[in-house]
Amino acid sequence: MTTVTQDLPPVKGVKNIPLEEQFTSGHRTCQGCESALVMRLMIKAAGPRTIVLGSTGCMYVANTTYYSTPWVVPWMHTQLGSSGSAATGTAAGLASMMRKGKMKQEPINVIAFCGDGGGADMGLSAISATLQHEEYNLLILMYDNESYANTDIQVSGSSPWGANSTFSPPGTLHRIMNRRWKKNTAGMLAVGHPQVRYIATGCASYATDMMNKVRKALSIGGPTFIHTLDPCPKGWDYDPMYSHELGMLAVQTGIWVQYEVEDGKVTLNGPSKMLAKGKKRLPVEEYLKRQGRFAHFTKEDIAYYQSQIDVMWEKWWIPGVIPPSPEDD
Amino acid sequence: MTTVETQLFQTEQEELISGSEAIAIACALADVDVITAYPIRPYDTVMQYVSKLKADGVFDCDFIVAESEHSQFEIVKHASAVGARTFCGSSGVGWFYAFEAITVTAGLRMPVVAMVGNRALDDPGAFGTEHNDALAVRDLGWMLYWVATAQEALDIALLSWRVAEDPRVLLPMAISCDGSFLTHSQAIVNVPTSEQVRKFLPPYDRGKLQLHPDNPITIAPQVNEDWLMEIRRQSDEAMHRSVAVIEEAYADFKKTFNRGDPSAFIEEYMTEDAEILIVGMGTLALPVRVAIRRMREAGKKVGFVRIKFFRPFPTEELQRVLGGVKAVCVIDRDYSFGSPSFAGVLFHELRSTLYPLEKRPLMLNFIAGLGGREIHTNDVNHMVDIVQKAIDTGKIEQEATWIGVRE
Ligand SMILES: Cc1ncc(C[n+]2csc(CCOP(=O)(O)OP(=O)(O)O)c2C)c(N)n1
Ligand code: SF4
Ligand SMILES: [Mg+2]
Repeated sequence: MTTVTQDLPPVKGVKNIPLEEQFTSGHRTCQGCESALVMRLMIKAAGPRTIVLGSTGCMYVANTTYYSTPWVVPWMHTQLGSSGSAATGTAAGLASMMRKGKMKQEPINVIAFCGDGGGADMGLSAISATLQHEEYNLLILMYDNESYANTDIQVSGSSPWGANSTFSPPGTLHRIMNRRWKKNTAGMLAVGHPQVRYIATGCASYATDMMNKVRKALSIGGPTFIHTLDPCPKGWDYDPMYSHELGMLAVQTGIWVQYEVEDGKVTLNGPSKMLAKGKKRLPVEEYLKRQGRFAHFTKEDIAYYQSQIDVMWEKWWIPGVIPPSPEDD
Repeated sequence: MTTVETQLFQTEQEELISGSEAIAIACALADVDVITAYPIRPYDTVMQYVSKLKADGVFDCDFIVAESEHSQFEIVKHASAVGARTFCGSSGVGWFYAFEAITVTAGLRMPVVAMVGNRALDDPGAFGTEHNDALAVRDLGWMLYWVATAQEALDIALLSWRVAEDPRVLLPMAISCDGSFLTHSQAIVNVPTSEQVRKFLPPYDRGKLQLHPDNPITIAPQVNEDWLMEIRRQSDEAMHRSVAVIEEAYADFKKTFNRGDPSAFIEEYMTEDAEILIVGMGTLALPVRVAIRRMREAGKKVGFVRIKFFRPFPTEELQRVLGGVKAVCVIDRDYSFGSPSFAGVLFHELRSTLYPLEKRPLMLNFIAGLGGREIHTNDVNHMVDIVQKAIDTGKIEQEATWIGVRE
């Protein structure tokens, strides 16, 4: 590591969350946008000595109107598939100049965020390459609203099976247009980059947990990755007042698994840990039926969806992380 | 600065090196901070030399082997935003793979310096030189220079950072080098000392444009129709200003290093009393000069103008030099299918340059040397014969002629 990281101890309870805002008024995201909340919590956790790079997507287009940016910290746009390269370039520039005495030596957080389209689809190879550079301290945060939301809600590799989107509308001949199963991005990156010291999933419904994951990712050293699941009222088609609840339902039904991979050790945390220990999962129908994007689902569709979630929890090596199960004995 | 000084740069030295190696040495002399590489022939030889210079401790930089050209250019763009001096490059389809990053680098006014090892845009497979790769950035806000020798490659690399990083300019610059003919051919190059270079090239200072927690600016917000036009206009003005900055830097270059042409923008060869002027870019200068020498011996009044800066385009200088002649013979190592004359890119630029003149010369275009095919002195003779015929008859039978093509 060329520079040391900032000391960012975990936030102990909601009351100890810093009051200072680094992501303030000025943005124009939809009411109930959980991705905007992820931005706010992320930068609250990181603090002011941070540079943020943002890929194209809702969190760029709806967030940084000229003259009314909500970002208090230095912020720069990067291309849709460039979160990885933006983080590498920024961290490399800082590291090089500090090492050569061209800039004051100090730990500066570097965070690049991207949506699921920018991260799980287009930018995957750049993120993978960035995770191989142990010498740079940085965090890539992929906020996953499960569609290309900014361009009017199109299906991405991270959209759930069967979801209605403007590129996968249910029709009279084909009820299910999106036949792809959601990509397992964090798990794939953790398995593929064993030298990376920290990879985690998160959800803004569990705010302190998410903030502490950001803090750990920024202080542990080297490149790190966090994948959050963000309910999106526009794309998922529900009343904005239910965003928080939907995030919790995603976790409680076992559709979304909260975990950390730290120095090669996997820990399921929060409600996901309880589910792994045998607590009963809520039926996926509880989650699906709350959202218009699944309104066309038949009983069979819901049963199929449930069966896949059951397979994940019952057959996967580690639920939500590593699919291939060892030979049954 | 804690650059590892080595024997190489403490005294002026003559080295037998290729164009690529000359640019790699320029990177070390300029103390570049972040360099990104991705393999594609023929430019990538520069990165082989850079990596070796770093491995041997000749200079200290963050040398990153990216996973694609797109990332290669994005990484240096972002490194440039925090204030790091940068270098990268590519060739042919690699340059095109990076195109999204290349265009925003100019849009954001990041003074990245890149080498283009000119290469055909294959398919079908071809490694050889062709200028369409680099020319594709001509409208985007990149300064664009064509070198003809290894010495010029080193010299112009040093000039590039100085001009690109000048606060009056802040535009990226591409150094075009003909694949193989320049990237891989060795010549004697005078390598200056670090001390000389430091005198010529001040450190890169972004000032209040630096992305840093002490200066929490927002770069590239959503501006849309409210502001984009003003911002494009600023790039246009920066390109206008670059002309004087180049002149100033080139004059200083000549003083510091004791070499250089009269003009930073064009090179003239036997132009004074010429009736026919050949115009071209890059290493084709070599066979053209030889052919002209022989034609002169035979009493033919032919000269040559090598365009060095394609952007900013030296319009006035070219009007002055080409204005009085009978005919202009433009050699394009490129193509522009479906263009006004179904001719080359340079030809159209020159025709629009000369259009405002009261007395316009005849203009003929020759597409030659595509895919790295050699341009021989005989080819040049053939072109001049065609031009002469047009002068004699006062008639242009065909504006663009493809040279040496099997029918
Ligand atoms: C190279 C490129 N292709 C396409 C686009 C158009 N585009 C802008 S935003 C966007 C959606 C990105 O989706 P995601 O990364 O999931 O972010 P979200 O909008 O959902 O927040 C797309 C496709 C673009 N900006 N750049
Ligand atoms: S479309 Fe979704 S992600 Fe985009 S601003 Fe609205 S709620 Fe947020
Ligand atoms: Mg999305």
